[in-house]
Amino acid sequence: MALLEVKDLQVRVEEREILHGLTLTVNEGQVHAIMGPNGSGKSTLSHVIAGKPGYEVTGGQILFRGEDLLEMSPDMRAAKGVFLAFQYPVEIPGVATMTFLRTALNAQRKARGESEYSTPDFLRKVREVSKSLNIPQDMLKRGVNVGFSGGEKKRNEVLQMALFEPSLCILDEMDSGLDIDALRIAADGVNALRSPKRAMVVITHYQRLLNYIVPDVVHVMSKGRVVKSGGKELALELEASGYAQFEDAA
Amino acid sequence: MNVAVAKTGKGRAVSDLFTSAEGRLPGSPTVIAARREAFETYERLGLPHRRIEEWKYTDLRALVGEVLPLAAAPDAPALKRAADAVKAYAIAGARKLVLVDGVFAADLSDVKALAAEAGFKTLRETLEKDAGLLKTASTDAVIALNAAMATDGVVLSIADGAQLSAPIQIIHIATAASASSFTRSQVAVGKGARATIVESFVAAGAKTYQISDAVLVTVGDDADVAHIRLMDDAPDAVNVTSHFVTVGANVKFNFFNMTTGAAVSRLQGFITLAGDGSELSANGVNLLQKTEHGDTTLVVDHAVPNCVSREVFRAVIDDRGHSVFQGRIIVRPDAQKTDGKMMIRALLLSDEAEADNKPELEIFADDVSCGHGATAGALDDSLLFYLKARGLPEKQAQALLIQAFVGEAIEQIADDNLREHVIGIAERWLERRS
Ligand SMILES: Nc1ncnc2c1ncn2[C@@H]1O[C@H](COP(=O)(O)OP(=O)(O)O)[C@@H](O)[C@H]1O
Ligand SMILES: [Mg+2]
Repeated sequence: MALLEVKDLQVRVEEREILHGLTLTVNEGQVHAIMGPNGSGKSTLSHVIAGKPGYEVTGGQILFRGEDLLEMSPDMRAAKGVFLAFQYPVEIPGVATMTFLRTALNAQRKARGESEYSTPDFLRKVREVSKSLNIPQDMLKRGVNVGFSGGEKKRNEVLQMALFEPSLCILDEMDSGLDIDALRIAADGVNALRSPKRAMVVITHYQRLLNYIVPDVVHVMSKGRVVKSGGKELALELEASGYAQFEDAA
Repeated sequence: MNVAVAKTGKGRAVSDLFTSAEGRLPGSPTVIAARREAFETYERLGLPHRRIEEWKYTDLRALVGEVLPLAAAPDAPALKRAADAVKAYAIAGARKLVLVDGVFAADLSDVKALAAEAGFKTLRETLEKDAGLLKTASTDAVIALNAAMATDGVVLSIADGAQLSAPIQIIHIATAASASSFTRSQVAVGKGARATIVESFVAAGAKTYQISDAVLVTVGDDADVAHIRLMDDAPDAVNVTSHFVTVGANVKFNFFNMTTGAAVSRLQGFITLAGDGSELSANGVNLLQKTEHGDTTLVVDHAVPNCVSREVFRAVIDDRGHSVFQGRIIVRPDAQKTDGKMMIRALLLSDEAEADNKPELEIFADDVSCGHGATAGALDDSLLFYLKARGLPEKQAQALLIQAFVGEAIEQIADDNLREHVIGIAERWLERRS
């Protein structure tokens, strides 16, 4: 069974249709890249999968392991294993990163009927993961993302991914605002999480990121639809010729 | 000419309150005379109502209607219930002074341990000598009523230079239903002394009851004082408390108030900075749900130059709750180089929640730096969604953001142990949210 099936999805925002029948199937163990120009609806797709309010689904469906994802609250989706690494992670002053991580992890475990992590186990795990991502411990004492650089915010998203162990990771423009070193650290973190049990959807405007996170399948999105799918060569082709050729197809 | 007898909303004569209690009110004949005079003032004014400017948002006539009869002195079962409440609310390591239904309960208090570090008497004892503690400069009706009816209280004197090794926790416990209790206390802190005073208001069984409390605080030069008030009365209770604080020179005075209970409550604090170079930090949190009405009114009077005052207030209002914060900063003509700031923020958790924030500056000196800000708004949807997308259910996501919001006031409490105690009360409030 496919892990994620998006079928003929139509989505409106404030009376305007943004996604006009989008179809996408992702299997366990695969890494899919979604490429497309600004405004083609990539973030909209990721938000609808994660359950962000403000989007009206007027047609189609999203199945996760065969279950209707659109019927689930965002927290339930997270507990089921859906993780969205945000394009713009928010700052949450007054909520210490460590408190946030522990509360979120235990909320997910509780929703799945698993026991909560003990404090030493949790601390050991955070320490292990943050070390591999080059995240200093004192950053974890600060408010969530407060005063973090762009690169630190993205690494914090990857840290959560590693900690929560989701089965579907959607990375929305993970490369935006990152210099090459920051990008490499974040991409290494993501690559370390590749596994036959886990799928990833890497959303990006640029081919650059795909040099670091090499996809199995590449989709081109334009004007709210997937207009072409292919292997990783498709990304290189796009890099050479640009998105213009797809604008009419959409 | 006919003299109309003042009646309450329920048709009882207002004077019954006093006459039926008179036999139980402690004091020498001069004290009783002072009480009678105070009661006449109250009778003339009646409960405050919205046409009295200071009470505009908290109309006690409409919200409370009438004052309940004085609570009987607690009997053995009441003291047993109170003992259980003390266990639940006591701060680890603090020296406890317990008042049950307005009567000092020596058996529940740590009088011996306290005596080694501070002077202690009950109000009842001091009233055998004179009526001094019943007098205040205020003309407020609720304060007059408190003077007339106060049955007991704690009178603390902390010697010059004394460094208290543990906080003093005054615990007010209500066990009597459909009754009112009146307490009045004094805390006199000597020069260079260091002390932490915590006041906790809780119920032990009683649901509908009324509390009137007054606290007179004087702080000597160079002292360092933390004064924390935690009002967690029963959801149907009424609590009206008045603080009169006079601060000397080069003092650090840290005040914190938290309201998590009572159907109707008002804390009115009158803080006078009467000595140069003092720093006041006055902060608070109102946590209100259902139809609770919580009013914090603070008047900070800069009477002398070179003092700093900082006020951070947070209100979280759910359901049809109504929070009032009135903050007035007065800067007297002599009080040059005053630095006074006040920041009030209200978080509205429902469409019917209400916040009245009224900051006021009355500045009569020219070389000062004063300012205030007030905001009211809902929880940020994008933050809520981030937390939910990470697996937190709606209520838990809200709770985390609410804790962060009130944290900005709570973090002003320096002592780790006390701060944790206060956070614990806030967490229990969050758990009570439906
Ligand atoms: N909240 C919103 N309100 C109105 N229009 C929106 C909103 N979010 C996205 N859009 C519109 O939807 C389209 C797709 O946006 P988005 O999904 O962010 O694209 P991408 O991520 O591919 O750059 C754009 O035209 C954008 O203006
Ligand atoms: Mg986008």
